[in-house]
Amino acid sequence: MSATPAATAELRAQRAPFDRALLLVVPATAFMLALFIYPFVYGLILSFEPPQGGWLANYQKFFTTDNLWTTIGKTLNLALPATIINVGIALPIAYKMRVRSRWQRFVTTLLVVPITLGTVLIAEGMLTYFGPKGWLAQFLQLTHIYEGSIRLTHNYWGVLISLVISGFPFAFLLILSYVTGIDPVLARAAATLGADSKAQFRHIYLPLLAPGLAMCFCLAFVQAFSVFPSAVLLGAPAGPTRVISIAAYEAAFEQYDYSLASAIAMIMGFVQLVIVAFVLSLRNWFYKGPVTGGKG
Amino acid sequence: MADAGVAADRRIGTADARVETRTPWSERAWSALLWGVMTLFLVNVALMIAAVATNSFASRWLGTWLPQGWTARWYLDAWKEFQLANILWVTVEVVFAVVFLSLLIGVPAAYTLARRNFVGKRALMLLFLLPLMVPPITYGIPLATVLYQAHLGGTLAGVILANLIPAAPFVILVMTPFIEQIDPNLESAARVFGASTPRMFLHVLVPLLAPGILAASLLVLVRTIALFELTFLTAGPDSQTLVVALYYAVFAAGVRAPQSVDAMAMIYMLVTLVWLLIALRFVNPTQLVSRVKENPGGAL
Repeated sequence: MSATPAATAELRAQRAPFDRALLLVVPATAFMLALFIYPFVYGLILSFEPPQGGWLANYQKFFTTDNLWTTIGKTLNLALPATIINVGIALPIAYKMRVRSRWQRFVTTLLVVPITLGTVLIAEGMLTYFGPKGWLAQFLQLTHIYEGSIRLTHNYWGVLISLVISGFPFAFLLILSYVTGIDPVLARAAATLGADSKAQFRHIYLPLLAPGLAMCFCLAFVQAFSVFPSAVLLGAPAGPTRVISIAAYEAAFEQYDYSLASAIAMIMGFVQLVIVAFVLSLRNWFYKGPVTGGKG
Repeated sequence: MADAGVAADRRIGTADARVETRTPWSERAWSALLWGVMTLFLVNVALMIAAVATNSFASRWLGTWLPQGWTARWYLDAWKEFQLANILWVTVEVVFAVVFLSLLIGVPAAYTLARRNFVGKRALMLLFLLPLMVPPITYGIPLATVLYQAHLGGTLAGVILANLIPAAPFVILVMTPFIEQIDPNLESAARVFGASTPRMFLHVLVPLLAPGILAASLLVLVRTIALFELTFLTAGPDSQTLVVALYYAVFAAGVRAPQSVDAMAMIYMLVTLVWLLIALRFVNPTQLVSRVKENPGGAL
């Protein structure tokens, strides 16, 4: 039976009335669009409108000025080792603590403290503790492990250590939540077939963890790449730890060149996107199915 | 493969089976190494905090194990010098405004995302997830530019708006599982009795969601106190929160005695830890970082 115009109109009138509950999401959406998407688009357009020069002048200036384009390399030099250390150490420890126990809850609670305190307090603590006259230096001298004076602050190592202190708990908690989401029944099934714990990890847990590990690496890298207060307070912001966020901040608030600052922010976002896309594409090589055991 | 299975069966129940259950020394060494690394990390962080605390009570401390003398005057000095009363008040205003507003716009949005399916839902969820994944500095500089153009930069309202951007999606993320576990029949029953959406929200949903709302507000509170970059980029001289004031104090530390800076750091740490402890009474620590999807025990 073909649909006559009258029948179609009747069908349309019978459709459910507009669900007013959908309006509840409008304020949040409007807020996000106005304060997150719009500034991003505005910044993108602004980066192509420098005060003088052609529309690519900001980007040309960035890549030809020595103390600007080298910031990418310096930031990567800090962020990549810090992320590899964080994820690399967090993985075995989180795997070891996958069994729910009082220890797990205790350690998890303790590790939340550095995350909550934030990078500024960690920087101040490091200046006091890791400084040339701090407790660590005195301890090393007392036990004759290292007699000379240690230089762990106001240089590259200070920023790296602070990135590990603030990044390791984050990576640990994230990986722990992924590991506890894998059904232990699978490992037991492997054990009944004769797999020892190393084989269980390599053949059962690691492939199932690979997507979560990739996600954790991306999040930790992105956090480390945008390091700012540590690089200023604990590093040498004029030299080896001049990271890209410092360059963007200086352009915006010291030179008042908002166009250049937006361009630098875009470049920063772009570099992060490239590395995240690369890591996520590596993840496609691994298992992508469900992580629960059982039938069906 | 069948041989290995048969061999394993044959070993069970014999004396050789005992050998398999003893942990080889390599595994124990590996265990010890991991515990050692974790302990080293925790001990160092604890000592770092203790160093700040000791320095804040020290009259002079130059390279010895413990300071030469103790005093509490740095706290009074820091209070007056950094105008901590003003800064604490600004922090209180900003944090509570952010918590209230993020709940106001986040809870209804979480309800719609949890209960309804509509065109563009996935895009909307991605939109709400982005501010949590992109670090604040990356979107903070364009945001500061826009706020300054709108003459909101450097004011309290600008700081509140900036801090709201990561807070509202976080509320949505935290509230969604709470809403999912409320029986939809209750809402249908309310509608049968003629409740409009606002009435249903007020009288049915919000009381049931109270634990979730409490958890979300405590988590947002703790995160906003410690959020540095956004406030740093958008604050003016009289709208700084405690963490930004601490940064400036450490930054200009050459001018002031380091003890007074450490006293201020201790005050900041006390404020943060008090709220963290309150929050931990109600939430799982990992919720600060992610949504824990624990496996429900499996087929034990």
